[in-house]
Amino acid sequence: MTKQESFSVALFESVSHALRAEKLVKAAKLPCKLIPVPRHLSSDCGVCLRFNFEDQKAVEQILAGTIDHFEILPL
Amino acid sequence: MKTIYLDNAATSFPKPSQTMEAMNVFQREIGANPGRSGHGRSIDAGRVLYETREVLAGLFHIDDPLSVVLTKNSTEALNIALLGALAPGDHAITTSMEHNSVMRPLRHLESRGVELSVVDCSPRGELDPDDLEKAFRKNTKIVVMTHASNVTGTIQPVVEVGQMVREREGVVFCVDAAQTAGALPIDVEAMKIDLLAVTGHKSLYGPQGTGALYIRHGLEKKISPLMMGGTGSRSEFEVHPDFMPDKYESGTPNALGFAGLCAGLNFIANQSIPAIRNKEMELTARFLDALSDLRSEVTIYGPADTARLTAVVSFNLKDVTASDASLFFEEKYGILCRPGLHCAPSAHRTLGTFPQGTVRFSFGFFNTNEDVDEAVHAVKALLHQRRSRVQ
Repeated sequence: MTKQESFSVALFESVSHALRAEKLVKAAKLPCKLIPVPRHLSSDCGVCLRFNFEDQKAVEQILAGTIDHFEILPL
Repeated sequence: MKTIYLDNAATSFPKPSQTMEAMNVFQREIGANPGRSGHGRSIDAGRVLYETREVLAGLFHIDDPLSVVLTKNSTEALNIALLGALAPGDHAITTSMEHNSVMRPLRHLESRGVELSVVDCSPRGELDPDDLEKAFRKNTKIVVMTHASNVTGTIQPVVEVGQMVREREGVVFCVDAAQTAGALPIDVEAMKIDLLAVTGHKSLYGPQGTGALYIRHGLEKKISPLMMGGTGSRSEFEVHPDFMPDKYESGTPNALGFAGLCAGLNFIANQSIPAIRNKEMELTARFLDALSDLRSEVTIYGPADTARLTAVVSFNLKDVTASDASLFFEEKYGILCRPGLHCAPSAHRTLGTFPQGTVRFSFGFFNTNEDVDEAVHAVKALLHQRRSRVQ
């Protein structure tokens, strides 16, 4: 990393939801990556979707209405 | 001796090479447990399952891929639907042409206080929707029926029954599409299907051990799971998740199999279902035509109109048992078919072929005209042999 990057993550009920979210966010051409859920956010053993902090609003809009029960948190 | 595989209604063979190739790639290059970890190959395995749901959803006009539960076969899918949805005091309606995958769970439920109506079909296996309509009661919870019989290939009036069910509040329509998924167009919206059970290893060209259950949005709240366990989600809780599809998918799934199924589904998309149907019915019609002047010695069950038929022909030869015929066909001609009751005793009572059963030839996309001609030749040879023995 050349500059200080900051991320947010979207947490989901299951990996199926996370995979769908990844498809939707990628389709909107926003950079993102599925990563293990960081321990300090949840003890769930699944994955979450990490994206750039400045895209948080856009990601929220993409996911609202298409995926139930997600939560977006700064990383 | 070359073999001719005419048992496609039991499982399709061969599979498209894409099916085997996808399984090879999955096991060599991915091979991780889907949804159980955050590493790249676990996520890739999860992607295989997600894509399988997406392609299945597209094939059956399902709007949400997460409404598709992946199962090991249609029997598991039907058991989840029936055992999960019915409680003592509820009433279920089915038809006399059902496979044991429907009939046995229903008979089990009947012994536990579920009321059951089995609607008789004609000797050709055809359901009259008016007969089914008479079976509704105040406590009817589900109508479950096959889309096409595995014994005779009879296609049932699913659209008419679906409409009938939708007009009655609180009744769910469950369709067993083991014989038709991939072979006939299925649209859960147009057919008003609430629960659709399919198997992956027949006309969806996947390997054995794959299947799926579509659950209409919201119905999952009324269907309890058959199994509970690890899902990779909500790991901090000891209570099983209540959301789709995890509610019905406990334990490590057959990701290897679903990689193959996904490739099989893409094969269907490339060929198109109407083209597959066309080819299969050309083969079936060729066989039926050739048998038409042998009617004094060959009894064919099922509808005469091939528009109401899948690529299945159930028949008996005069004075020859189904098992003897089947043995002759394999030993002399390398023809692999299925004799007997085909796991559907009630269907055979309907046809009047219980307990002797029938010989079933079921054609597939990879059969050829030559295969059919050889099958006709084998039938004629067996009849000739019988005649000379009788004389």
